[in-house]
Amino acid sequence: MQATPEKTLVSKSSEATKIARPWLARWPLLRAFVRNRKAMLGVSILFVFIMLALLAPWVAPGNPKKMESRAHLAPAWIADKPAPGGKTFLLGTTGQGQDVFRQLIWGARLSLSVGLSVGIASTIVGTIIGLTAGYLGGWVDDILSLLTNVMLIIPGMPLLVILAAFLKPGPVTVVMVLTLTGWAWPARVMRSQVLSLRAKDFIAASVVSGERTPRILFSEVLPNMSSVFVGSMVGSTVYAIGADVGLAFLGLTDVGTTSWGTMLYWAQNNAGILTGAWWTFVPVGICIALCAFALTMLNYALDEITNPRLRAEKETTHGKRNRANVLVTPVVRK
Amino acid sequence: MRFLLRRLGFYAVAAWVSLTVNFYLPRLMPGDPASAIFARFQGKLRPEEIDSLRKAYGLSDAPLFEQYFTYLKSLSRGEFGISINFFPAPVTTVIATGFMWTILLAGLATVISFFFGNVLGIIGAWRRNGILDSVAPPLLTFIGAFPYFFLAMLALYFLAFQAGWFPLRHAYSDALSVNWGSLTFIKSVVAHMILPASCIVLASIGGWMLGMRNTMVGILSEDYITMAQAKGLSQKRIMFSYAARNALLPNVTSFGMALGFVLSGSLLTEIIFAYPGLGYLLLQAVRNLDYPLMQGLFLMITFAVLGANFLVDILYVWLDPRTRR
Repeated sequence: MQATPEKTLVSKSSEATKIARPWLARWPLLRAFVRNRKAMLGVSILFVFIMLALLAPWVAPGNPKKMESRAHLAPAWIADKPAPGGKTFLLGTTGQGQDVFRQLIWGARLSLSVGLSVGIASTIVGTIIGLTAGYLGGWVDDILSLLTNVMLIIPGMPLLVILAAFLKPGPVTVVMVLTLTGWAWPARVMRSQVLSLRAKDFIAASVVSGERTPRILFSEVLPNMSSVFVGSMVGSTVYAIGADVGLAFLGLTDVGTTSWGTMLYWAQNNAGILTGAWWTFVPVGICIALCAFALTMLNYALDEITNPRLRAEKETTHGKRNRANVLVTPVVRK
Repeated sequence: MRFLLRRLGFYAVAAWVSLTVNFYLPRLMPGDPASAIFARFQGKLRPEEIDSLRKAYGLSDAPLFEQYFTYLKSLSRGEFGISINFFPAPVTTVIATGFMWTILLAGLATVISFFFGNVLGIIGAWRRNGILDSVAPPLLTFIGAFPYFFLAMLALYFLAFQAGWFPLRHAYSDALSVNWGSLTFIKSVVAHMILPASCIVLASIGGWMLGMRNTMVGILSEDYITMAQAKGLSQKRIMFSYAARNALLPNVTSFGMALGFVLSGSLLTEIIFAYPGLGYLLLQAVRNLDYPLMQGLFLMITFAVLGANFLVDILYVWLDPRTRR
């Protein structure tokens, strides 16, 4: 069980980078983040998608809803085969003759912005509820925890369906409905984090020194939860992207808009599978999965960096079980 | 016993919340729901249908809380309203046709996924950094990132449509009628179930495996495991009776929440395969703006999930002796 020195001792390795990249050494978390393979993988995939979405008018100019050809389900994987009109379609066309590639790029805008806004909104709501419940305790905690657990146990998709069905379809409704159903998980995570923080001495010290509750919450407790906060934001975004796609697939969003979910909706409605038009749903699904995968990787990386237990596990073991460590009796030689 | 009673109280609250949400939602719509639905159908509804709708919603000029009690009363008699799409069948009859198929598909897939996920997690944690431990988690995470129904679309396209190994749609061959006594019927049901069930298993197994693995890793460094090693107990015994049994507890607790999630995914999977379960009914309801059916489905699915959770709680009591005190 010989571990290489730079892997066992964090301080040594940080000194090493201090010389190479001084600005990174000042931010140990950022340094750990940049060095983490999972984090970098996640960030790069996300970066590509966000750039594509932002640059949509340049990457795929034109109206994504424009019907380009009526020869819709004609052999459409056609970089080399010009469709009627002399144009080529990188990913073919949909059942209505729309350019799949263009829809993919423009659809990223709506899907990603819905995902991110729900991620941020539900985490903020969840944090407020979790903080209040965890810090105040007592009957406030009882009621808020009960509410959180009830929200967690009610199956999401049927609830989403009735919520979305009774409201006016559109992106704002979707964000609202997903936030309403998505705040419970962040709230639960936040609450348990607050509970463990509240027992710490520095909180007791600030209580004794007469600080007001809001101040303790926002300047003592909250900064210590930043990693959990970012973590649940990422998690909520994954949830939101998936749920948005699911809702759209059922036809509960405005199906006239172009998003990844509505693309799948139309692919299904035009019987894309049973006519063999795989290009109408495979690229979209891969994009959704890549985004969710990137966010999940980001979350694992955050966990590895900020969770001391997982970090220790990474730094001390190389192919052997921890139990071996325990059994070794240290022998001091002179 | 006290543990189970407390849980039962919690489920009662959850059921009450979903009932109440179900009651207020239609009333939050501008105007009253029956006329709103009527407007959307542009005269396609017969007068008796509108009357039954109004009655189903308990709509009257009575004050809100009186309507609420009428609503509760009719629910307690099992009256969930009349489906618009399948008029004049009551919602409960419509749901009953799909209920069994969903329980069969989602239930079986969840049990399989839970079982194998946990076994993989145990082995992964036991042989830390072995082949299984280094290959399976990232791979399953990647697969788990796909929306359930997209996996289903892929499977349907490549394995059923292109390769022709599996039937394309429905739960059993169209040539057969429901007859659980006949072997050909059961064979047909199994053949139709393999693909949708594998999609659900594949999408959900990663979560169980990772959860189990991470708890196992923590538990394997506990002193009592070292003690068991020192006593010279067989490895198998330590692995399953000492480490895995304790590591299983958090996974069993999270089973309840996961159940709702898996069920949501499997509803969408059903739609892809035109599997005649609740998911397919849900799609029908959404397509035809069949609000009573949608709401009935919501309530029924919620109650089923709550019931399943209670069963899991009983299992938990059996696993964890501390709850029996």
